[in-house]
Amino acid sequence: MTTHARKVAQTPAKTDHNCRLTFDDLHKPLNGLTARTAASHCLYCYEAPCIQACPTSIDIPTFIHQIGTGNIDGAARTILSENIMGGTCARACPTEVLCEQACVHNTDHSDPVEIGLLQRYATDHLMDQNGPHPFLRAPESGRHIAVVGAGPAGLSCAHRAALLGHQVTVYEARPKAGGLNEYGLAAYKMINDFAAREVDFLLGVGGIDIRYGQALGRDITLDHLQAQYDAVFLGVGLGATNALGLDGEDIPGVQDAIQFIENIRQADDPATVPLGNDILVIGGGNTAIDAAVQAKKLGAKRVTLAYRRGADQMGATDFEVDLARKHDVHVMLWTKPKALIGTDKLTAVTLEGTRLEKGKLVGTSETFDLPCDHLLKAIGQKLSETTLSGLDIASGKLVSSNFYQTSRSGVFAGGDCIKSGEDLTVQAVEDGKQAALAINLWLASAQETSHG
Amino acid sequence: MADLKCTIAGIESINPFWLASAPPTDKYINVVRAFEAGWGGVVWKTLGEDPPVINVSSRYGAHKDQKGSMIGINNIELISDRPLEQNLAEIRQVRQEWPDRVIIGSMMAQVEESSWKELAIKIAAAGVNGIELNLGCPHGMCERGMGSSIGQVPEMIEETTRWVREATNLPVFTKLTPNITNILWAAEAAKRGGAHAVSLINTVNSIVSVDLDVMAPNPVVGGKGSHGGYCGPAVKPIALNMVAEIARNADTQNLQISAIGGIETWRDAAEFIALGADGLQVCTAAMLYGFRIVDDMIDGLSNFMDEKGYQSITDFKGLATRNTVDWNALDMNFDTKAVIDPDSCIECGRCYIACEDTSHQAISFDVEADGTRVFTVVEDECVGCNLCAMICPVPDCIAMVPVENDLPYLAWPDHPKNPIKAAE
Ligand SMILES: Cc1cc2nc3c(=O)[nH]c(=O)nc-3n(C[C@H](O)[C@H](O)[C@H](O)COP(=O)(O)OP(=O)(O)OC[C@H]3O[C@@H](n4cnc5c(N)ncnc54)[C@H](O)[C@@H]3O)c2cc1C
Ligand SMILES: Cc1cc2nc3c(=O)[nH]c(=O)nc-3n(C[C@H](O)[C@H](O)[C@H](O)COP(=O)(O)O)c2cc1C
Ligand code: SF4
Ligand code: SF4
Ligand code: SF4
Repeated sequence: MTTHARKVAQTPAKTDHNCRLTFDDLHKPLNGLTARTAASHCLYCYEAPCIQACPTSIDIPTFIHQIGTGNIDGAARTILSENIMGGTCARACPTEVLCEQACVHNTDHSDPVEIGLLQRYATDHLMDQNGPHPFLRAPESGRHIAVVGAGPAGLSCAHRAALLGHQVTVYEARPKAGGLNEYGLAAYKMINDFAAREVDFLLGVGGIDIRYGQALGRDITLDHLQAQYDAVFLGVGLGATNALGLDGEDIPGVQDAIQFIENIRQADDPATVPLGNDILVIGGGNTAIDAAVQAKKLGAKRVTLAYRRGADQMGATDFEVDLARKHDVHVMLWTKPKALIGTDKLTAVTLEGTRLEKGKLVGTSETFDLPCDHLLKAIGQKLSETTLSGLDIASGKLVSSNFYQTSRSGVFAGGDCIKSGEDLTVQAVEDGKQAALAINLWLASAQETSHG
Repeated sequence: MADLKCTIAGIESINPFWLASAPPTDKYINVVRAFEAGWGGVVWKTLGEDPPVINVSSRYGAHKDQKGSMIGINNIELISDRPLEQNLAEIRQVRQEWPDRVIIGSMMAQVEESSWKELAIKIAAAGVNGIELNLGCPHGMCERGMGSSIGQVPEMIEETTRWVREATNLPVFTKLTPNITNILWAAEAAKRGGAHAVSLINTVNSIVSVDLDVMAPNPVVGGKGSHGGYCGPAVKPIALNMVAEIARNADTQNLQISAIGGIETWRDAAEFIALGADGLQVCTAAMLYGFRIVDDMIDGLSNFMDEKGYQSITDFKGLATRNTVDWNALDMNFDTKAVIDPDSCIECGRCYIACEDTSHQAISFDVEADGTRVFTVVEDECVGCNLCAMICPVPDCIAMVPVENDLPYLAWPDHPKNPIKAAE
């Protein structure tokens, strides 16, 4: 019976590791009815606080009003004109601390408008039509810009620069574009190859050429790029990961959480991704949560998340921590790993309690061993500084003081590799957009000086 | 418990809620279901002379608000399309089965004395409690010289009403069309013709929407559309005004009023009664939600009456009529200003932009150091127009507060700035 078949298709991801696993959407997308209900909840505020809270300043009341009037394509253009990755952001943004946190409905004790879901409704509608790209490029400027890194920052910069009439060549170290959208975001946020579809959509603007397998510092240098192009944008993200600093970090069973997530995202069948039975995730950010929840969804028997500080200091939002708890992830606060046990294979981890002493985190010396055959490190990423030698770096980020310009004139940067805001997709998109505008101004003034 | 019994044109009804002449009252089965649901009476779907009319497909168009709720509908339906004898037989049967409920026979005919009288006699013989003259149908029937083509000519209203009065002893309800310039001309004509009551309003001429694919008005009939009759909540303001006009006009204030037009809830019903209605008729609301809505209409109205201490409908009938006056009688010295309650304000800024763009720039918008958005009424600029209070999404956040100015009542005719007065 058809109704029965539909029901089966809607059931959440199977947790039996032996079955082919499909990650279902974390949030059920809106349909015509629920979108109208959600849109009608918006008050169409004047100079709305939600706009101010969105790093890309999408005109939220306007796009929601457009959904309300049935002008869904118009709504999508309102979103995409400020945030060309509005589709990914609608899926991946922690809206609970961004736009939805600022919604005036929080003050009247009702629920905030479901801005993220409405944004997804509009952008999906436009992208599903596979129509022409919604924006037209300005006439060719004759300028050519190099972008390093095809993550959200690089692609957003490339798109905006292309719109402004410049030619763009993107150098990407990996075989696919999208950066962490493609390799890092949790599978249940980006189902059905959305990252790849969005890249295709974005490139539909024209004027952008991507060269894959080209890494700065290995295949190309900044000198070369500056000699060949009118300006350079670096959107290389944070390529390196932090280590625990314990003996045995190279024994089988110890893995970077990012690598684990990447394996899931890139697998044809996630069920084939190597997975232990007793999984310990170290960290308190969204990477830790994503890894823990996905491990559980893949069928891991026990998943424990250990964070060395308290709930308030966690990088992950309350929503994410709840999500982990709902997936039966055991969250242990004030705990850090002290030793890895196992010779040719991880068998257990010695954990130690922690506490604050005069503001400093110290071990309590109370330890215990947790059986563990798969440890996922999610204790942060850092800049791979070697590829960027010659540029000023402060507190582990590229210095970009002068309108997204690095210490080297004509070399701009944005996204996770600079300190602009939180390390979030939406911030990277904003950085890319603003950097393109800055490059545009810089090119114009450079032209004036050379001609004047 | 308040007593909802009412009497209109001498007819007693267990409650004031009747179903108006329309599809819900077209058949035995619907009417019985309505009575089972608790409706006090029905006005049977308008009967005409045989051969029965033929209806088109489709028939209804929608006017929705942004949330998708129905504000109004229109229809291009005609009168009952079933043979007269079948309708009369069914009326006879319901009459026997439901002795305590009101059945009014609605009718229309060509403008021939014999046609009106013969039809009225046949309907009266079926056992109805009264007869309603449909002088309002604004589509199809008027093109045949009936419906609103009669209702728009006072002499013809008077004449047809008199014919039916002469033909039967039953109370006569003359149902008026709103598609005219002054409802009093029609109501006065009905009174001259001897009507016991007027029923109003019938539907309003309308095109509710256009199908932008077909490029024709809705409802679309084979690629074309026509104007139709508008009804439902959207027409309530029109009906309220017309009821009030009749109720406060010296010549017509003794006419009983069966109020119709957009009644959906007990509150709508109470408003019509407060403006002078003796009874109520409902069509669209029943079509949109089913007969069950009468439950809350009855319950809500009686709770309202209990709360206010009204024992019967007549206790509050017309209480708002005396406060309905012409503009010239309003006090020009009365003043009111908006006041925003900062504690309940949710900082949406709707009041600010509405007043700023379209009214009197009487609301200030400041952002405090901590980001709080503060909206305050600038008293000197506020004209008390109500706009901000109406659009504020938070109930009672903006109050309209009367200004204590100790000035006496002063109406325009006596106002010093009135040029006529000044010339005196
Ligand atoms: C596991 C994980 C989960 C996350 N979940 C979320 C989430 O749910 N929501 C959210 O908003 N944010 C999330 N983030 C953060 C978000 O993914 C990043 O903030 C965002 O991707 C940063 O964009 P970017 O363009 O600066 O860098 P990246 O996305 O890292 O892209 C950098 C690109 O540059 C390429 N590159 C690097 N070095 C070189 C080189 N030398 N030469 C050429 N190319 C190079 C890389 O291959 C990559 O394609 C998550 C991050 C991680 C790690
Ligand atoms: C589909 C439809 C058919 C109607 N047919 C008649 C009719 O045959 N005779 C009549 O007097 N009024 C007819 N009306 C008008 C209603 O009786 C009533 O006057 C009008 O709809 C306003 O009331 P409401 O807002 O409660 O619907 C009809 C209305 C509708 C919607
Ligand atoms: S981009 Fe993110 S923060 Fe901005 S409106 Fe959309 S979902 Fe909210
Ligand atoms: S703050 Fe909330 S209600 Fe106001 S415009 Fe934004 S989403 Fe709509
Ligand atoms: S409309 Fe109401 S809630 Fe909104 S800012 Fe004005 S007073 Fe405050």
